[in-house]
Amino acid sequence: MTRILARGVIRAFGDDVNTDYIVPSRRKKETIDPERLRHFMFEDIEPDFFASLTDSTILCAGTNFGCGSAMEVAVTVPISAGVRAVVARSFARTYQRNAINNGLLTLKADTSALPANEEARIVEDAGEILVEAASGVTVRCDPMPEFVIDMIRHGGLLEYLKAHGRFPEQRA
Amino acid sequence: MPEQTMAEKLLSRACGRLVKGGDIVICRPDFAMGTDGSIPMAIDYLHSIADPSRGPIDPKQLVFAFDHYGALSGPGALRLQEKAREFALAFGVPLFDVGEGIGHQLMIEEGFAAPGRLVVGADSHATAYGALNCFGAGIGSSDLAGIMLTGQLWLETPRSIRVELRGELQPFVSAKDIALYLARILRADGANYRAIEFAGDGVAHLDLDERIVLSNMAVELGAKAGIFPADETLARFLTAESRDRSQTVAPDPGCEYVQEVTVELGSLRPQIALPHRVDNVVDLDDAETTPVDVVYLGTCTGGRIRDYEEALEVIRAAGRVAQGVEVVVTPATRRINQELRERGMLDEFRRYGARLESPGCGACCGTCGTVLPGQVIMSSANRNFKGRMGDATARIFLGSSYSCAMAAVEGVVGRRTKGAS
Repeated sequence: MTRILARGVIRAFGDDVNTDYIVPSRRKKETIDPERLRHFMFEDIEPDFFASLTDSTILCAGTNFGCGSAMEVAVTVPISAGVRAVVARSFARTYQRNAINNGLLTLKADTSALPANEEARIVEDAGEILVEAASGVTVRCDPMPEFVIDMIRHGGLLEYLKAHGRFPEQRA
Repeated sequence: MPEQTMAEKLLSRACGRLVKGGDIVICRPDFAMGTDGSIPMAIDYLHSIADPSRGPIDPKQLVFAFDHYGALSGPGALRLQEKAREFALAFGVPLFDVGEGIGHQLMIEEGFAAPGRLVVGADSHATAYGALNCFGAGIGSSDLAGIMLTGQLWLETPRSIRVELRGELQPFVSAKDIALYLARILRADGANYRAIEFAGDGVAHLDLDERIVLSNMAVELGAKAGIFPADETLARFLTAESRDRSQTVAPDPGCEYVQEVTVELGSLRPQIALPHRVDNVVDLDDAETTPVDVVYLGTCTGGRIRDYEEALEVIRAAGRVAQGVEVVVTPATRRINQELRERGMLDEFRRYGARLESPGCGACCGTCGTVLPGQVIMSSANRNFKGRMGDATARIFLGSSYSCAMAAVEGVVGRRTKGAS
């Protein structure tokens, strides 16, 4: 059975997009409210980005998305701006952690063929996660560990801990 | 039992079972540091699922350091900081308030980072603690909230890259040059999801301050941790500070690395990162000449005693700073500031016209002071992203404290500094 995990318009970025580009550090000293900060998304590299967004967005990028500072507004702000998923060749580890902890779908895939500014959906089908663009381009994503999927399903780390009261037991 | 890397050993200890690279572990950090940049959001996360009267499960597992914001940061920042302060006071969380210094350096100075431990920080440069043979890693605010709630943290055990340091650095070449060179050859994502483990006879020639630079900058290559082995140098530091040295770890002979890199320290030349990427690195001698407006000496990468000794050595030899260059000195911590004062080094910087700032992160990420539009900055810091220091039209170059001081003396970064060593 096919399950739709996310839909949105693809917005494409290159390699090594750092968290200061996603939201400049200097902005978060004024507020950490994502609804206020989202106006500054990508302001230093694509000044009209937020104004150009539609309701739902899938960010696509090359390698090392979210490198640099571990600041978590770089995740909460895109979520607030309607980013439903980030698909990248690779993520900086702190970014991917923060994303998972906030229930934001972060998928590793070869994004080079994905067409910018096109509608796309992300589906789970027979254990595989695929990005399907409207024009038919389909890209397969790397699988995620079960624990991570479970956390995203709950909506993030805190929701997970609220539901379970604790982290899972470890296998010896 | 399979042979283990230092990273595997440290996380095995932290989670109480034998783990190998790739395993997801639930572990209990010995300490978790938060800053005024990350704590307010962690409190929001905590209280999104728990009663506002709920404090951390173990306040003494936490360390708060207010380093990102100060009087220059504006009312919004001070409100966020006050929220973190109230939380610390209400629940008895150890707190280093504004002016005490940068959290990462305090974690080392105050003995929270120690061999064998897992010490995390809600700030990416927590990798710095690895210089003390512990697992230091950066986390986000939600992770910090998870630790407040449960005392625990999930981590994926990283596989390790072994970086062998061979030989000894030439005069006027420093650990920062090694770090920039590693960024140059491995690139900004070259160690992503990995731990870097330093090895080789060159380690013995690096003092603790220099090791902290390499561990700190490991995150600029994407690394989860940058771990040094325990040796005589570390033992001397731990003994002098009366710290526990019983839990040191060493890699097992024959343990598996995903990659091995060798750096010949003797042939390494001064390096410089050009705007706007930390891995946009060339030999300093090959850099285009660019007039410089500000020379920034500080941060968790370049704000320790050794940095200021190196910078003063160069400036003293020239007897002046070039006209029109502003030198900013922001020591990492109050303790460093105090030593600089006692040794007359602050006065010396002042005589050369430097601007002396209160310990903390300063203008490194534009949160406490900022640079001006269009300025060219030569900095001893760790990041030069566009906009990083508060203005997107400024251009930031990164180099060692020696190279920064040479830029201050010459008034330019790049070629004209050739032969200065």
